[in-house]
Amino acid sequence: MADVTFTVDGKQITAPTGTLLIDACRKVGIEIPAFCYYPGLSLQAACRMCLVRIEKIPKLQTACTTPVAEGMIVATETDEIKQARKAMLELVLGNHPLDCPVCDAGGECELQDMTFKYGAAESFHTEMKQHREEQQWSPVVYFDRPRCILCYRCVRVCGEGMDVWALGVQNRGVTSIIAPNKEDHLECEECGACIDICPVGALTSGAYRYKTRPWEMNHVATICTHCGDGCKTTLGLRSVDDGVEIIRGDNRDKSGINGDFLCIKGRYSFDFANHKDRLTKPLVRRPDGNLAPATWEEALDYAGKRLAEVRDTRGGASIGVIGSNRTTNEENYLLQKFARKVLGTNNIDHHRTADYTSFARALAGHQDRAASLRDAGTAPAILLIGNDPTQQHPMLAWNLRTNVRLNRARLYVANHAEIKLLRQARASLAIPQDGYAGLIGYLAGDDSALAGTESSAAFREVIRKEENLLILFGSEYRGRDIDALVNFGLGLPNAKFACLSDYNNSRGAADMGLMPDLLPGYQPVASPAQFADEYGNLPQTGGLDLIAMFDAASRGELGALYVVGSNPVSRYNIAPGALKDTFLVVQDMFLTETAVLADVVLPAANLYEKTGTVTNTYGDLQLVKKAADKAGVRSDFELIVRLADRMGANPKELVSYGIGMRADLGQSRGVQSGESDRHAVWLAANHLEPKLSPFDPFAILDEIQRLVPDYQVDRLALLAGNDERTVPPLVHIDNASSKTRSDGVLPAQDTLFTSGTLGRYSSILDEVMESRETKSAGAAATTSLDVST
Amino acid sequence: MANLVSHPDVVPLLSMRFGKGASALDRYLELEGYQSARKALEMGPEWIISEMKASGLRGRGGAGFPTGMKWSFVPKQSEKPKYVLVNGDESEPGTCKDRLIFEHDPHSVIEGTIIAGLAISAKMGFIYLRGEYRYLLKIIERAIEDAYAKGFLGKNIFGSGRDFDIVSHTGAGAYEVGEESALMESLEGKRGIPRIRPPFPAVVGLYGGPTVINNAETIATVPHVLRIGSAEYAKLGSERNGGTRLFCLSGHVQRPGVYELPMGYNLKKMIYEVAGGIPGGKQLKAVVPGGSSTPVLLPSEIDIGMDFDQVAKAGSMLGSGGVVVLDESVCMVEFALRTIKFYQHESCGWCIPCREGTDWLKKTLTRFHSGGGVNKDIDNIKYLAENMLGKTFCPLGDAAAMPTIAFIKKFRKEFEDHLDGKPCPYAHTAESVLV
Repeated sequence: MADVTFTVDGKQITAPTGTLLIDACRKVGIEIPAFCYYPGLSLQAACRMCLVRIEKIPKLQTACTTPVAEGMIVATETDEIKQARKAMLELVLGNHPLDCPVCDAGGECELQDMTFKYGAAESFHTEMKQHREEQQWSPVVYFDRPRCILCYRCVRVCGEGMDVWALGVQNRGVTSIIAPNKEDHLECEECGACIDICPVGALTSGAYRYKTRPWEMNHVATICTHCGDGCKTTLGLRSVDDGVEIIRGDNRDKSGINGDFLCIKGRYSFDFANHKDRLTKPLVRRPDGNLAPATWEEALDYAGKRLAEVRDTRGGASIGVIGSNRTTNEENYLLQKFARKVLGTNNIDHHRTADYTSFARALAGHQDRAASLRDAGTAPAILLIGNDPTQQHPMLAWNLRTNVRLNRARLYVANHAEIKLLRQARASLAIPQDGYAGLIGYLAGDDSALAGTESSAAFREVIRKEENLLILFGSEYRGRDIDALVNFGLGLPNAKFACLSDYNNSRGAADMGLMPDLLPGYQPVASPAQFADEYGNLPQTGGLDLIAMFDAASRGELGALYVVGSNPVSRYNIAPGALKDTFLVVQDMFLTETAVLADVVLPAANLYEKTGTVTNTYGDLQLVKKAADKAGVRSDFELIVRLADRMGANPKELVSYGIGMRADLGQSRGVQSGESDRHAVWLAANHLEPKLSPFDPFAILDEIQRLVPDYQVDRLALLAGNDERTVPPLVHIDNASSKTRSDGVLPAQDTLFTSGTLGRYSSILDEVMESRETKSAGAAATTSLDVST
Repeated sequence: MANLVSHPDVVPLLSMRFGKGASALDRYLELEGYQSARKALEMGPEWIISEMKASGLRGRGGAGFPTGMKWSFVPKQSEKPKYVLVNGDESEPGTCKDRLIFEHDPHSVIEGTIIAGLAISAKMGFIYLRGEYRYLLKIIERAIEDAYAKGFLGKNIFGSGRDFDIVSHTGAGAYEVGEESALMESLEGKRGIPRIRPPFPAVVGLYGGPTVINNAETIATVPHVLRIGSAEYAKLGSERNGGTRLFCLSGHVQRPGVYELPMGYNLKKMIYEVAGGIPGGKQLKAVVPGGSSTPVLLPSEIDIGMDFDQVAKAGSMLGSGGVVVLDESVCMVEFALRTIKFYQHESCGWCIPCREGTDWLKKTLTRFHSGGGVNKDIDNIKYLAENMLGKTFCPLGDAAAMPTIAFIKKFRKEFEDHLDGKPCPYAHTAESVLV
């Protein structure tokens, strides 16, 4: 669109036609205050804080509803305007309780900031303020009516943003009140967006309220540990007796790939970290058959000795390794290196939730066709096949909704279930649960391919006309179906693809070679190339996959099994007896169904307690920063190195540490002011980062970036907290072997309120699910009496 | 139902059928009914609009926008259907004209709606009736039914090949939905809160379609303009203020009621001659010239012609034509309180200054009137009102602020008489003054 030029406070500004004055001003650093205006949500013009004077218009105008115009002359900070804003604040403060000293929002309240700026300090009313008792609307949402200034942000983010519409406005005039649309409680996705978007402390979170003052926390922005979307969550931290505790999660700086969005898991389910069942001491199975606490020395010595014994007596092929899809790329890479180099086995796998191998094979040679999560927010057209993003990929669902709402993107949905995103769909096709393979044939032009479906050619025709189509598919597609789907899509101009998996680092686990037949970067074990140069001798025949390992164990052929951050016994319904002849080492946070069978259990740190990188389901690489700390636990990275050490391996051959000198770190005096961060960035920029510790994940990231071409991203941008695109690998997995390989995919089937084994230890998720059951039971009881429905 | 009043100066145009049983279609037809609609069908949209422009008819809802010009803003081509919307949400205190039209001459509204529809090529009209006027609904519904039965509404109206439908609807009792965009929200089944403008209703209105929305009196006037001709109509009124209008005279006058008088008719004459002056030989204290939202006039300020321009020149507004006359027994503080109570009750609550401002004005005035006021309160009341003025989302905030400012400015002395716990010097209550 053409640009227009206009003047604000004597400054010439140029902005595209149609830009709102408030946005145009903010872009050039002229801040126009507003409570109700929120970018991306519908306009309200209700708070009247953004009033400005526009020449030739008799009344003050709201900058939030005025599009810029050529030659417009605007004043934003005259005495008249300051007075108007001050008066608005005085009016709001008239009924505002001024309980700032105990308000959760105190210190990060927009009303406080504006009052500070415009000095509405005098109180000239003698009458009582409007008061209402506080209400609890859900396990996470509390509403303190008197603090509410009626900016309607919550109503809009819930309705327009989330498509949940749980909130509305009741009454009128001074008795107007924000209220749930369902009687006295919310029936919603419990995302907490209403709380975060509230400019004051009217909406507060059940997980955080009255716990601390905002300025008593440190804040670390890291990546959520739950689903495969990889949202940035900013954790509020406070020191406690046994480490550093997470008290709050939000997306306050909105700098992440998720922008405004976080779901209940990203915002609240960090609480598993403080669950009472958290393991903080190693456990060793005693001769009496019971697991009992042991020292780290004892546990590591014992585990290392026994693993070495099995390797040396029965060979590496009799040891299995199962990795995690919630550990970092560095840990995953290190684990497969440890398996192949130290244990000498290719028996390594993880709980796969999507067939990335086939996806990589199908996309080989089309690097530009892999989509980022960001593409879902900008693509002009999207075809979503399978999956239910609202439940399984809430951030993706937000991007799709927002894209449809703000950019009028065309969303096409093909699914066997009535997923919620059908509400945003331009066109949809209901297919049978087993119709996903047939759908490809249908799309390609074969009507008989979707037998038994009332498929009209119209759905196919609109899709085939799309340029720049984003094709998203779930774990319904595996193996050759993925090749077929990608082949179809490659025939459309500029179509892009994303394969949806279920966990935070499911993609990273596959990328980093937690696979029996593939090295990092999907390089076949039979042709290790650069890995052979780096690692030395490697087993070059494919190993056992996860199921085969347990089969081998039950036949007594698996001497040892090393499980890192995974609970296969529960997820794959393994008979506990299967492992009776296998020496089992488990690293985990909890005594899971798998850990309880172990001979040695090593208490592990979670993703919020470590540093590294993770790759989301779309291949966006992001930095994980250590936020919390728990006395007694160690990162999986450290545990792998220590085990290798106890097995007699040279840690330096696993992790190339010892590079650089302590002096390179510079002075640490500036830690408080952030100087050390800047120094670290300088070191990284000059390739001078010292790698002093064998537990430094960046030493492994160096190696990953050297050996895995897909991961050669801009390190500085990554360190700055940006999401960086990995490219799909240049793999040439030969077709003969891939025909026989098992995809091994077991979809996690998580909902918004579950998260694999980890979710069971989140009390907020428990509470929410319980309250929903109670509410729906209550609703069922009352509907029978409700004649109006 | 109120008794009808009259006076020799009355020009019975709009009110020519009042009291003549014209709510019955046959009677309406006898009294030259539906002739203008037929003529409009014959002459076409451009002629209708040019007649309306030439008539000088200005909107009777209060803002006085020229009706012909408003209709001409509707785009000729539109993807979405166009609508005519009759604003019968008459709620301004002191105003009771539309209800007489609905009661005595509902077909004139229907006919006016058809003509407006022809002017903008709409196929559908809505008559939105104030919630508290629900008792008039059966008269209107009956009239609409009769018009359908005669083929004046529905398919092929008057055998012209054109279609036009009318649907009636009542509000739920909110002054705010008298504001045109809030009315559209309400009609669409939503909360009665105003919309952001632009876009204006002529471009994006009801259900997103181009919409002409006019006051019921304006619409009822339309057939008369076409009937007598625009030049004849314009001549009835004053400069740039064509025709006649229904003035609602209430308060302390001998003969309160609704009188149809030419635009520009002298206010003083209206009070002392048409309405028979102040009862009981009392002195005039103040006049609210155009509904409770218009700034009050002193006796010295009422020798003016009642049209939009002359009243504005006197520092007030012609508004909805509701003239409220106050004699010397009225406590102006109590009257200010009574006025603000209404706006506090009717504020929709959407924007801060109106929602909070009307409430604090009410609270402060309540205390002030009961003797709890201090000198600073007078300034605070003025400060509150001044800071609402021109800053609210819709005109409701101004409607509350403007009269309040005028009360303080013109009757400060009376406010000062209430200070320091002194009892109200006036025994009379203002409650009975406002309708």
